Amino acid sequence: MANVKYISASRVYAKDTPPAVDALDLDINDGEFMVLVGPSGSGKTTALRMLAGLEPLDGGRVEIGGRDVTFVPPKDRDIAMVFQNYALYPQKTVAENMGFALKMQRVPRADRDRRVREAARLLDLDDQLLDRKPKQLSGGQRQRVAMGRAIVREPQVFLMDEPLSNLDAKLRVQTRSQIAELQRRLGVTTVYVTHDQVEAMTMGNRVAVLTGGHLQQCATPRELYDNPVNQFVAGFIGSPAMNLQAVPLAEGGARLAGGMLPLPAAVRTAALKARLSELVIGIRPEHLHLTNGSPDADGPQQPRATDGSWELSGEVMLVEELGADALLHVRLADGGDPVVARAEGRKPPAPGQRVTFRVSPDDVFAFHPETGARLAG
Amino acid sequence: MSAPALRRGPRRLRELSVRVGWGVIAWVVGIAFFLPVLWMVITAFKPESAAETWPPKFIFTPTLSEFHLVFSGMGPFLTHSVVATVGSTILVLLLAIPAAYALSVYPVKHWRDGLFFFISTKMLPIVAAIGPLYVIALHLHLLDSIWLLIVLYTAMNLPLAIWMIRSFMLEVPSELLEAARLDGAGRIREIGGVILPIISPGLVSTALICVIFAWNELFLALNLTVTNAATMPMFLISSVPQEGLYIAHLSAAATVASVPVIIVGWIAQRSLVRGLSMGAIK
Repeated sequence: MANVKYISASRVYAKDTPPAVDALDLDINDGEFMVLVGPSGSGKTTALRMLAGLEPLDGGRVEIGGRDVTFVPPKDRDIAMVFQNYALYPQKTVAENMGFALKMQRVPRADRDRRVREAARLLDLDDQLLDRKPKQLSGGQRQRVAMGRAIVREPQVFLMDEPLSNLDAKLRVQTRSQIAELQRRLGVTTVYVTHDQVEAMTMGNRVAVLTGGHLQQCATPRELYDNPVNQFVAGFIGSPAMNLQAVPLAEGGARLAGGMLPLPAAVRTAALKARLSELVIGIRPEHLHLTNGSPDADGPQQPRATDGSWELSGEVMLVEELGADALLHVRLADGGDPVVARAEGRKPPAPGQRVTFRVSPDDVFAFHPETGARLAG
Repeated sequence: MSAPALRRGPRRLRELSVRVGWGVIAWVVGIAFFLPVLWMVITAFKPESAAETWPPKFIFTPTLSEFHLVFSGMGPFLTHSVVATVGSTILVLLLAIPAAYALSVYPVKHWRDGLFFFISTKMLPIVAAIGPLYVIALHLHLLDSIWLLIVLYTAMNLPLAIWMIRSFMLEVPSELLEAARLDGAGRIREIGGVILPIISPGLVSTALICVIFAWNELFLALNLTVTNAATMPMFLISSVPQEGLYIAHLSAAATVASVPVIIVGWIAQRSLVRGLSMGAIK
């Protein structure tokens, strides 16, 4: 068991290109499940490989359990890695695959067998599978063997590089909870890389969001969702994504859908200080509450402040039925990008219907249009 | 309804005629290659008197007399060929595996130059090198020695083997090698325990090609050996007498000399296909 520290760790693949990972500072606590998430090219896999020792550092340090491992070869870092395509040795049996690292450490045969069997039991791998070759296994079984190979080593840190991306959707959800549960049981510090924000949110104790080689925010899933520090995190975390729209600033608020959206005083002050003429506002789909009252038939709908919340209306373009709920793609009155709203699944409005949403000002996020930074609300 | 059906008819006919056309070409080429071999085998079973007649005789009493003659004199040549071929092939693999590793998995500095240096040695006509080779062999007292042939055949096949094995090693998924490194495997264990088992079909096809090339080599053997290291191709030449009829005898000798190559080629055919289509590792 150990904590992991990145101290302004950088990796530059080629001269004259921006760093793949740029001065990453990240503290991972002992026993924590830390997820690195980001779009492709965000540097999340590179960061993991730097920790594994598969990628040299061009600056900064990496520490495991207080020990500087920046120049320590991979095998001496006391880590185990699960690869995206599992990287099982095709010519070795499952048992040999799982026991290979122990064999390299000259662990006696009997001991090795015992530990392989224990790991297999932990992962619900039948004993008869142990003598098979990886080719004879299903995708899910291969994934578990890859996990087993990591568990057998009893390392200080588990590194997982998108270990679920080769599984089908159903198995992925199932394995997702199994891995998270197993990690809590073993209590081994785990760094998990994924591009899937649902995986990140459901599995991680904390989630580090990266893009363009920069760490954007590292926080608990709840905190990331409720309090994104910038527009990127706000748009990346949450499914369907937050509705983001650039709107011009006006006296007392922002113009949206032909009306005036009241902004909290703090946001107005921040915008004024930054001399902005417009800003980006974000509203999560579930915060667009469908009002029951049908809108007035004539005239463009005005977002109005009523009992603190305000309303905005538009026309339904598309309805995506998800069963429990439905996603409405709605074009607002001013004809900007359509917004997505989450509605109850039972009786969603039909395409072409005009709808009105009620939004609470507390649910509106505001971002700087150039830097993307959150304007404090 | 009827229009598409009508159109389908001529199209089918065209596809069929194209297929037949290619088939005919393939058979003609195939037979053109095979006929001389067949003629050689048939002639080997003829008595010398029936071998060189015009028009050629197709009806004759087959005899094994020429084969008896061939087998009686072949012994030492066969031994030399086996030793030179097997010895050089083993040496080639022992040298090519680490060389290919250093040019592919963890490329050394200037690996590209190294790679092209190896192949450039094959561009020099061997005739241009035979003079110096002869002088060197003379001074090292290696003329007419089997060791000389082993070394030269190794040098002859090494570039090709390095290029082939390198291409197989490049096919090994890098994640597998990284897993091995994380598991604590050193270089030797990484090559022996992870890479070689995966590329073994490729190694077999490489070895078979080396065997065929070494077995058939004549020029070096002819110029640098006399009796102590003379190989099977030398035996073929020596079985041509100065005077008299010899076609049947030569055919029998050539047939015997081809048999190992044909067997090896037949084995190689399968593993070559497997070896050269190694993308299916995953």
